Amino acid sequence: MSTSRNAVTFGRILALLLLAGWVAPVGSQETRIQLGTPISEDQLSGFDLIAAPDGSGMPPGAGTARQGREVYELNCLRCHNVNGEGVSGNTVIAGGDMRSEESPLRTVGSFWPHASTLFDFIRRAMPADMPKTLTDEEAYQVTAYVLFLNGIIGEDQSINSETLTAIAMPNGNGFVDQSHLH
Amino acid sequence: MTETQWEKAAGNGLLNRRHLLQLGLTGLGAAGANAVFGQEAGSALQIPEWSRTPGENASAYGGASRFAGNLQRMAGTPDPIYPGGGSSRSPLQFLQGTITPNALHFERHHAGIPDIDPAGHMLVINGLVRQPLVFSYENLLKYRMVSRIYFLECSGNSGALLRGGNADGTAQSLHGLLSCAEWTGIPLSTLLDEASVLPEARWVAAVGADAASMGRSVPIEKALDDVLVALYQNGEPIRPGQGYPVRLFCPGWEGNISVKWLTQLKLMREPAQFRDETSKYTDTMPDRSSLQFTFPMGVKSLITSPSGQMNLPRPGIYQVTGVAWSGHGAIQRVEVSADGGNTWAEAEMQSEPGAKALARFTIPWEWSGGSAVLQSRATDSAGNVQPVRDEVLAARGTISFYHNNCIQSWGVDDGGAINNVYV
Ligand code: HEC
Repeated sequence: MSTSRNAVTFGRILALLLLAGWVAPVGSQETRIQLGTPISEDQLSGFDLIAAPDGSGMPPGAGTARQGREVYELNCLRCHNVNGEGVSGNTVIAGGDMRSEESPLRTVGSFWPHASTLFDFIRRAMPADMPKTLTDEEAYQVTAYVLFLNGIIGEDQSINSETLTAIAMPNGNGFVDQSHLH
Repeated sequence: MTETQWEKAAGNGLLNRRHLLQLGLTGLGAAGANAVFGQEAGSALQIPEWSRTPGENASAYGGASRFAGNLQRMAGTPDPIYPGGGSSRSPLQFLQGTITPNALHFERHHAGIPDIDPAGHMLVINGLVRQPLVFSYENLLKYRMVSRIYFLECSGNSGALLRGGNADGTAQSLHGLLSCAEWTGIPLSTLLDEASVLPEARWVAAVGADAASMGRSVPIEKALDDVLVALYQNGEPIRPGQGYPVRLFCPGWEGNISVKWLTQLKLMREPAQFRDETSKYTDTMPDRSSLQFTFPMGVKSLITSPSGQMNLPRPGIYQVTGVAWSGHGAIQRVEVSADGGNTWAEAEMQSEPGAKALARFTIPWEWSGGSAVLQSRATDSAGNVQPVRDEVLAARGTISFYHNNCIQSWGVDDGGAINNVYV
């Protein structure tokens, strides 16, 4: 009798303690496995290739379109043709007009909202048959050349992390963010 | 068989789904019953040859029956200027149920399938976190995992049909960038918690280890909700074409954002504005503004049988079946029409529909031998109803081609030939 009453009392006290968060119920605390190895951002400087519109992730270096012409002829011409005219639908990287009557040709010049994307994409994915073979310097130079082909900068304008992210792209205001609509 | 024998559920031969139980007939219809087995009607049945000889030995890795039809993905021809770029499509018209076998799951690669040794694979979390971390594959396998069934659809799926023109094709060639699997992996929130995300982080930029270093930005709300760092697909380690050893999986969202060969997650204030979330996977409207970050795939359904390029051999009873899915939740209802959308009958769901997973519907139909237009229309648990093509065109025009979820119309001519039609 008295044992069971004690048990009830004990149970009540335990419940109160649990409510107050003073005692952790056995087995309810999920084992937290933590197996990530800490690293520093410095260790990632050659690994993290994200070059964003705010300039973050852009490496040191600079280049002009005049310098980029040669980089283009060596590394890009075989697929993107003279003046970025392309050899197929998805290799046209210059020209186009979003206001044309017919379905507009969407290119770097006519369509892309951010200049940073050009450097980011070239550095990570181009040339398509041997990506990541350009130096950062060459990537800046050929970025400048593609912008020049699109009439966005002059031939001798120096492109670096600051001047690149300061460029207002022709279709920069053409996008409507839908990410809030879930 | 006369047309009036069965209780009608809608025009042009759609039958009450109670007949699913009563008919005892599927596929070819009663008129074909005499001709089956290649034997004379009324003759005594023979024990077949394969019951008289021992068969093949057990195998290390199984394959399909050589009689099971053309169970192949459909891939485009390789393009030397686009090394490894392209896609392969699931043979939807030959599949049943809701799970796509791994060997037939659709693929889309932008620079081929990397040959990754997991011993050298890294998953980095950096950016706006208290402690940047790197995970080995071996260690990822030690975390608590969850298993969920989800569809995956490329946002370019069915895109050609918006532009119109001649679109004779199969369910596979027109809509095959769609599959569904059981994905097993670690909730992304578990790994993000370990790195301790700073409050100003609003986006997670995910990057793959393929030659394209495919990048996509995921809003933090989604990342902390149901996104998985997936390691297994239908029970086996994810295949190379699906991201071995590890991929991101963003349930219900356009396929490209579920970055394969996942190697980096960077917490950021703003989206990274990768090429594949600006130049591609964005929809240009008639006024030339372009919708960006359109993530959930809209409610959609598709009749997979009978479907494009099939032939109905003779009038009679057919099971109309297909798949339905929605990035906004579970499928609540699928209706089928045989008269181009004039009348509709509710189909039966073959199993309980799951959220953001394929559901399969079925309804019996008696083809009279005349022309018909077969359509299916899905409604999801959020109340979204699949639109007709004209509604999509009126809202979006013909410049955009991603995110097309319109009703597919299969025209049946009086010879039984089936093709895509625009109604
Ligand atoms: C082997 C052929 C090849 C070479 C060489 C090549 N590219 Fe490309 N490039 C492509 C293909 C193919 C695409 C489209 C990729 C896709 O859609 O996934 C592309 C896409 C691009 C795009 C994006 C186009 C868009 O509108 O989205 C840019 C910019 C680009 N390349 C720049 C370059 C530059 C600069 C070089 C030289 C450094 C280069 N490419 C070399 C084949 C090539």
